[in-house]
Amino acid sequence: MLTANPQLTPDKKLRHLLTTEGLPKSLIENILDTAAQFVSVGDRDVKKVPLLRGKSVFNLFFENSTRTRTTFEIAAKRLSADVINLNINASSTSKGESLVDTIDNLIAMDADMFVVRHAQSGAAHLIAKHVNAVRPNVAVINAGDGRHAHPTQGLLDMYTIRHYKKSFHNLSVAIVGDILHSRVARSGIHALTTLGCPDVRVIGPKTLIPTECERMGVSVHHDMLRGIEGCDVVMMLRLQNERMEGPLLPSAQEFFKSYGLTAEKLARAKADAIVMHPGPMNRGVEIESTIADGRQAVILPQVTFGIAVRMAVMSMVGAGRGDAA
Amino acid sequence: MKLEIRNGRLIDPSVGINGRDEHVNLYIEDTVVCSVGQEAPNGFVADKVIDAAGKIVAPGLVDLCARLREPGYEHKATLESELMAASAGGVTSLVCPPDTEPVLDEPGLVEMLKRRGWTLNQARIYPLGALTAGLKGETLAEMLELAEAGCIGFFQADRPIVDTSVLYRTMQYAATYGFTIWLRPEDAFLARGGIAHDGEVASRLGLAGIPSSAESVAIATIATLMRETGARVHLARLSSSAGVELVRRAKADGLPVTADVGIHHLLLTDRDIGYFDSQYRFSPPLRSPSDRDALSAGVIDGTINAICSDHTPTDEDEKNVPFGEATPGASGLEMLLPLTLKWAEHANVPLPTALARITVNAAEVLGKSQGRFVAGAPADVCIFDPRAFWAVTRETLVSQGKNTPYLAREMQGKVTHTICAGRLVYAG
Repeated sequence: MLTANPQLTPDKKLRHLLTTEGLPKSLIENILDTAAQFVSVGDRDVKKVPLLRGKSVFNLFFENSTRTRTTFEIAAKRLSADVINLNINASSTSKGESLVDTIDNLIAMDADMFVVRHAQSGAAHLIAKHVNAVRPNVAVINAGDGRHAHPTQGLLDMYTIRHYKKSFHNLSVAIVGDILHSRVARSGIHALTTLGCPDVRVIGPKTLIPTECERMGVSVHHDMLRGIEGCDVVMMLRLQNERMEGPLLPSAQEFFKSYGLTAEKLARAKADAIVMHPGPMNRGVEIESTIADGRQAVILPQVTFGIAVRMAVMSMVGAGRGDAA
Repeated sequence: MKLEIRNGRLIDPSVGINGRDEHVNLYIEDTVVCSVGQEAPNGFVADKVIDAAGKIVAPGLVDLCARLREPGYEHKATLESELMAASAGGVTSLVCPPDTEPVLDEPGLVEMLKRRGWTLNQARIYPLGALTAGLKGETLAEMLELAEAGCIGFFQADRPIVDTSVLYRTMQYAATYGFTIWLRPEDAFLARGGIAHDGEVASRLGLAGIPSSAESVAIATIATLMRETGARVHLARLSSSAGVELVRRAKADGLPVTADVGIHHLLLTDRDIGYFDSQYRFSPPLRSPSDRDALSAGVIDGTINAICSDHTPTDEDEKNVPFGEATPGASGLEMLLPLTLKWAEHANVPLPTALARITVNAAEVLGKSQGRFVAGAPADVCIFDPRAFWAVTRETLVSQGKNTPYLAREMQGKVTHTICAGRLVYAG
């Protein structure tokens, strides 16, 4: 049964951040505008603002990640929050504790915010639903759930695109690679279509494109040379090691031949096209080194903007009212 | 003991008697139907009279799949709780699958189950034995012994037979004795790791998909092996449009095949999963609206013989986990009747036809004589008020399984009396 969007308050402010799907356009723009104010914090001598002083942010990582966890940790610390990092797969669940029990225990330790990464699609929604029932002032931020969503990555990608391209209204964006398993692709697609991007293309072999993908508002291409033609933005996705050889792909080399980003392929895009990648990169599998380090790549700025975007999201959900304090 | 049920609107779906405009009384003597008519048969003096004015008097429901969870899963439900739920739902005959712990692959377990059920004195229990030892899909179960202990057929439940040669041999062996094999058609490899229908919703939510072809490939394989072995097969829980079409063709070709569908699959689709609501996780998965419509058409034209509850009670902890970790299935015994009425209304199906699919047609799949009001037929009756509403809540559900997509929703159609073998087993 469909219910109200669980990440919004009744007056449509940000309560949790679970997915970019269904976020109002004005709210996404508000997040990006708030992030813009935080970008300069990183340039200061004292890289801190007091918005979350006295709040406890729990980084709950049921799946290993160094990079995302670190950027959330930096973002929380710059907002003056106390940060507790928990790698759960190494502790509780191996003892048979359920996800909901783990959350209840951490709520009893007076957590104010959970940043959650989990291998199961929908895990963040489950936690948000539970939190709403038992401790409504606790916020949940999805840091990646299965194949479903990675909304802060989607938003930092939007920030990056807006930074370089100013507007979404005449853009062509190509997302290339393993769309099937990619929460980054899904979060990017929903954010782009919401922001009014008229031309979102996904490019990959049929084994890595989800069924009825077009229904998400994208066009599907299997020929990268044609798919990338005239694009303003090329978003490359990471190909997981375990998928490089098996029933989905014969080899990393063959994948690179068709879908790796090379100078030759990039030449089909617009001359001022930007190249993005959520990291960590597999050089020579998704992307040629010269491109990754080239003048069109904005991969490192993505990381910097990511901290500001996460600060914006945390400050908004942490304010309790769903607005920047 | 003589029982008279008077003033009700009697519906015998086997012959299409539809007492809309007249009161037809039902006269029961001991465990069987004595007669139907305006007047009591000669010398019939009722010991007890039930006034069914304003209600429908139908045969007791025959449910082709209800998990009672005993032995082994008593934390989810017990024989006692679920048989009471059956009575509350108007179900007087039910088929229980062998996916208990231990599985029903030994005659002693089947005898114990039948004995336990008999002492509780409610719905008739028809156990399905395991098709393969331990349901492992490797070696044959002792079908002859199990049949002698009371199994009405042999089922692999939701466990796959990965090795097609094992499937072939089970069909050959069952055909030797004329036993019916029950199979839930799903190719183990195509379904592997999947948790939702492979379509728009699963793609959007990032849930691993189970394609419709998992069902159609399995049915094509089964139909081919039926031709070779002569085995009789009941296909349990169809879920896809392609599956319905293959069954339609198999029947047209004269194969001895029957089929059922779970009631939820006639009403719900993958769209209902919403934001990962685990109450909507089913095996097989809820599919697209066009699949649901094809299933509905299949029930109407008789390609699908019967509708069942696919009753799967679980405890709340098993649903309060991420969607992909949730136990599939829903509690259903008490919703089978009202949901079938709801489907009939939506699909514009005459009431006797809809009732036939949960009574006489289901009994025919089992080769049993329930579901008819003729002299000498088993006196199994379900009396219900078609206009009464009731709320589905943790408290109103008799089943120990409170897992249902319909929690906190209203149902129309309430059972008021259930009579099994001439005995009143429920009065609500």
